[in-house]
Amino acid sequence: MPLVTRALGGGRQVVVGADRAALSLGLAPSLPLPEARARVPDLRVHEADPAGDAAALRDLAAWASRYAPLVAPDPPDGLLLDVTGSTHLHGGEAALLDDLLGRLNRSGLMVRAAMAGTIGTAHAIARFGPADREVVAPGEEAARLAALSPAALRIAPDIARGLLVLGFETVGQLMAVPRAPLARRFGPGLLARLDAALGRRSEPLEPWFAPEAIQHRLAFVEPLLTATALGIALDRLLSTVCPALEAVGMGARTVDVLFERVDATVQAVRVGTARPSRDPGHLGRMLRDWLERVEPGFGIEAVRLVVRVAEPLAWSQTKAVPGEAPISDISALVDRLGNWLGGDRVFRAMPVESWVPERSFRRAPPLWSDPNLSWPEALPRPVRLITPPQPIEAIAALPDRPPAAFTWRRVRRRVRHADGPERITGEWWRREAETHAVRDYWAVEDEEGRRYWLFRRGDGEDPATGDLRWFLHGLF
Amino acid sequence: MLGALHEVAGTGPDMEHAAAAALFAAGCLARLPGTVLWVLERSDLFAPGLAAVGLHPARVLYAEAGKAATVLLVMEEGLREPGLAGVVGEVSGRLTLTASRRLQLAAERSGVTAFAIRRPRRHDDPALLEPCAAVTRWQVASLPSGPPIPGAPDVPGLTQARWQLELVRCRGGEAGAWIVGACDAQGRLGVVSDLAD
Repeated sequence: MPLVTRALGGGRQVVVGADRAALSLGLAPSLPLPEARARVPDLRVHEADPAGDAAALRDLAAWASRYAPLVAPDPPDGLLLDVTGSTHLHGGEAALLDDLLGRLNRSGLMVRAAMAGTIGTAHAIARFGPADREVVAPGEEAARLAALSPAALRIAPDIARGLLVLGFETVGQLMAVPRAPLARRFGPGLLARLDAALGRRSEPLEPWFAPEAIQHRLAFVEPLLTATALGIALDRLLSTVCPALEAVGMGARTVDVLFERVDATVQAVRVGTARPSRDPGHLGRMLRDWLERVEPGFGIEAVRLVVRVAEPLAWSQTKAVPGEAPISDISALVDRLGNWLGGDRVFRAMPVESWVPERSFRRAPPLWSDPNLSWPEALPRPVRLITPPQPIEAIAALPDRPPAAFTWRRVRRRVRHADGPERITGEWWRREAETHAVRDYWAVEDEEGRRYWLFRRGDGEDPATGDLRWFLHGLF
Repeated sequence: MLGALHEVAGTGPDMEHAAAAALFAAGCLARLPGTVLWVLERSDLFAPGLAAVGLHPARVLYAEAGKAATVLLVMEEGLREPGLAGVVGEVSGRLTLTASRRLQLAAERSGVTAFAIRRPRRHDDPALLEPCAAVTRWQVASLPSGPPIPGAPDVPGLTQARWQLELVRCRGGEAGAWIVGACDAQGRLGVVSDLAD
């Protein structure tokens, strides 16, 4: 049953919020409630709860801070995220957007999102753009805005109506006309919004922090300009924050450092750790790698360090006996490499129970470790796997003889020894097409002693199992 | 030799894949305790193959550097971590004197053993002849292995592979060449007994 919320607006009851079903029936916000009831008789109506909405939006902002250091609720129904300096932790801009929308959609929220170089453009494309997600390339802001209605520019409704009366149907028309008459007719607000959306005027994001987050802010009398000075500030902040983490038995998983510049913009740096940490040395080393990317501009007047995600961290023993070598802990190395290369490029190969070689391992988190899990030892497996397998020319007697010779990369190699066949059948429970597929694998050695892993598609008897072509799949 | 940089290369047209060289490095590190950092440029390394020479999957940490220049930087970062058993890097491009000296110094300081597996696109790549600060340089070439049962050449099957292991250069030591059995399931090289033929 469609659901709307109502509130008093302009002396009468109007719809302020509508769910998916109601929207599909044409019940948009600002519609008078009696009209909505007339159109849809079985409408469920709830009282609007602006305070509850605002609280829920703040909760959502606190949750979204996992994606970006700078998050601000944008009432009534928006969130602003400055993802500069944090996309590397999520595999790029588009991947971050997909992940964010996927999670919100799964939790039942109807969300649209856009990423752009300015708040104004992202705001406009997210609400008025054609797709439910879009990444606007740098410099494309004007081109993408041009086709949208002027109402997309975050202007008051009466200004939007006035523009329509004058015949301005798109932002592009607005950009084409002289500015002075527009400013006289509509006041400076309209042009300010347009300039902010196009990046001609800077618009800082006012970041919002969950009140319970562990954080510390240092303000300076003289603005800081050098990386050395910022490094010292970082150490001071960590010397306050790390004991605070210790006091509550937590360790940081995600740490943001916000550099507040004299010109009121904020630059943010975010690092993630593989396991909770409250070691000032470890956190400091990771953050210092990023200091060079901070542009101080005319100076940085305050630095704030916020622990965005913390997890319980028990006391751990680092030395078995005093004087003995410390128990090795590579998590610091994992963090440094992960923050540098990207989280998914530092990994372990975890054995997977599958006979198909391509599927026999998957990438596991870098601190995964299970000494009991490995691959069956008796089967020969190459050290290089060629993906996709390369077709080779080979002739072999059917059904189960190894090839006497094969040609790979235009070089003919005569087979002296061979081991096989090892029959690997398709995994029909994963893919329909593999139901009958069979591969017969051979480990062969050529005259010079080099060893190859070959397979033939098909069992040599039933044509449904494969077309009898030979492939090179690996090298020993 | 622990805490030093070693260079390993294959031979012949399949040098780009450096399969035997990778097995040799994996077998050496399998016998040291601790985690091994394996720095990749391409993702063609097949982890079950490493397990077959005794390098258990729980012991290998992979880092995909993507670019040849990044491989060396990631190796150096790994060599600063004294908790590692070793660092293996797959180097497809040049390994200059400066770059190799940096790696060697980092290895000496932390005591972590480093292997640079050379994977040139061509087997006569001039980059292979450049001077290098590695303590040793190994060349691993495949040799035909013997029949599965001595004296019965017609019985099908594969025995332990055989390598010609050549120590091309060794700082403070003598070069040499040996014919050995390839690394077994514990990473040990085998002694070849039937060299009479």
